[in-house]
Amino acid sequence: MTRDIAVVAFAQSDTLRSTEELSEVEMLMPVLHGVLAQTGLKTADIGFTCSGSCDYLAGRAFSFTLALDGVGAWPPISESHVETDGAWALYEAWTKLLSGDADTALVYSYGKSSPGSLRDVLTRQLDPYYLAPLWPDSVALAALQAQALIDAGDTDERELAQIGARSRSTDNPRAQLKGPVPHGDYLVRPLRTGDCPPIGDGAAAVVLAAGERARDLCERPAWIRGIDHRIEAHSLGVRDLTDSPSARLAAEKAGAFERPVDTAELHAPFTSQEVVLRKALRLDDSTTVNPSGGALAANPMMAAGLARIGEAAARIHRGESDRALAHATSGPCLQQNLVAVLEGDPR
Amino acid sequence: MVDVLKAPLVVEFPFTRSLGPVQSAFLTGLRERVVLGVRTRDGRTLVPPVEYDPVTAEEIRDLVHVGVTGTVTTWAWNPAPRRGQPLGTPFAWVLVKLDNADTALLHALDAPGPDAVHTGMRVRIRWAEDRVGAITDIACFEPHDGDESHVRVHTGEFDDPVGGIVAEARLDYTYSPGRAQTAYIKALETERRAVGERCPSCRKVYVPPRGACPTCGVATAEQVEVGPRGTVTTFCIVNIKAKNLDIEVPYVYAHIALDGADLALHGRIGGIPYDQVRMGLRVEPVWTEGGRYPDHYRPTGEPDAEYDTYKELL
Ligand SMILES: [Zn+2]
Repeated sequence: MTRDIAVVAFAQSDTLRSTEELSEVEMLMPVLHGVLAQTGLKTADIGFTCSGSCDYLAGRAFSFTLALDGVGAWPPISESHVETDGAWALYEAWTKLLSGDADTALVYSYGKSSPGSLRDVLTRQLDPYYLAPLWPDSVALAALQAQALIDAGDTDERELAQIGARSRSTDNPRAQLKGPVPHGDYLVRPLRTGDCPPIGDGAAAVVLAAGERARDLCERPAWIRGIDHRIEAHSLGVRDLTDSPSARLAAEKAGAFERPVDTAELHAPFTSQEVVLRKALRLDDSTTVNPSGGALAANPMMAAGLARIGEAAARIHRGESDRALAHATSGPCLQQNLVAVLEGDPR
Repeated sequence: MVDVLKAPLVVEFPFTRSLGPVQSAFLTGLRERVVLGVRTRDGRTLVPPVEYDPVTAEEIRDLVHVGVTGTVTTWAWNPAPRRGQPLGTPFAWVLVKLDNADTALLHALDAPGPDAVHTGMRVRIRWAEDRVGAITDIACFEPHDGDESHVRVHTGEFDDPVGGIVAEARLDYTYSPGRAQTAYIKALETERRAVGERCPSCRKVYVPPRGACPTCGVATAEQVEVGPRGTVTTFCIVNIKAKNLDIEVPYVYAHIALDGADLALHGRIGGIPYDQVRMGLRVEPVWTEGGRYPDHYRPTGEPDAEYDTYKELL
């Protein structure tokens, strides 16, 4: 069974350094209401709900269950959860709609990084035998990748600074960091503060719909032409850190190389990772990269990848794009990559 | 804006992890100052070794002995070491391809400053004094100009091999329960009142409130005092003594629907023999001196509630 499935609505919260006055569900609810309001759907109308989050951010087991209060989970709903970025929850919802089990899906994700020390928390996702006992933090691992790129002649610190500056010149009202931001001191050399994402709390949500339902709910649906995700060996010393074969393969399987894309929303939390992704995804200057500012302007853990798909879709909704690539990543140094290709109807 | 509660939350976990034959040989080798890699069928040597070829997924077990000297393949200068990291003074993170290995190992390099580090530089393992069979048996790398590789096939067999590691971890958080639960806890603590929140849509009163109605998926805000009396809706008899809890077993733990609430909360029942607690029993909270929440609930002496009055709250 083949069905056309589209992103028909997208909403996100402001990304803030701290939202301690709000519980997770309190932070999430306005976003859920926002995305539903765009379509006129009520929670009871949604065929499938899927979320993405991570217990390690909150330091509590099964923390996603409390957030379910925000979607009206009684009477019982068809629901699932992924313990990673919501982009992967969207992938699950897409397969659910493809199977014909549902016609609409609500996908949301959220993360509050403020309760803990994010750089330390993320070390717990590493190989527990060889890496985690050394506590190599997320910035350090990205810095190893950045140095490898510089050694290979793929970039230099000047170009990295330009990527940071371009990303933060966005007019995205939800961005945490925008406008002129100094390149700053080295955090872990060769990465400076300006090469690293802000740490923030935030949430994002999208609504997916199949076939005619999508046209009913949205004037110009963002049709998902292809979506795929791939993973590489977790051991950094096995990988060529200057390349991202998993991103390239995901893009190929998603059909990204069949025709040029006019927009790319890349989930590159570090400036150096944009260099890797541009090469792997064969993007040149004809493509507008990260008009939303990307993860360098706002990087709510677990929501930033879903937000890339949402931002790309929203540009199609608004008629600013006809064919867009959206990318999400998870794990150190672009270990896991998801690519979606979105298109609007011809005009 | 309410002044939200905050408290430190420490999550500590000593995970005990088993090692397969390859990881056991590698970590036991470190204890004996020997570095072992694993050979893939196409002749590459992976260090640190894994049990399955990352390219073909084939099981691999052939261990080889590689050098304790090697070459830096990439590096990053860490000016501010964090808790748990290998060195307490500024150091370089490095990926090191040990001599005769084809992949690189992540560790720390002890160097005086970033100007003393470059890709391609030669380094040597500095062993930890007390070695237990863990990646931290390598204290760090240090700059070294020679070649100390002694490459030969190794059986990977040692006396007293390491069978597992204990992965210690500690993460520090500042926990905040958010607006709704802060209001509940504050009213309870300072005024001994249970304050729930009413859903603007279905009118149900939730206690403790979590700021959202799980039925309607909307925010709750209207505060409603409930209780203090309530009705036991269901219960269980606990026969196992909990660690650090000074309560004689058996005792009864119950769901209690406070008067005016549409959700039962739970608490311990006291002041009545455990085998006389029943559904419908009317109870009231008992506070201890300085308590921040009811210590337990005891019978009020009223007649039992009719089943129909609480059946929706089970
Ligand atoms: Zn309600």
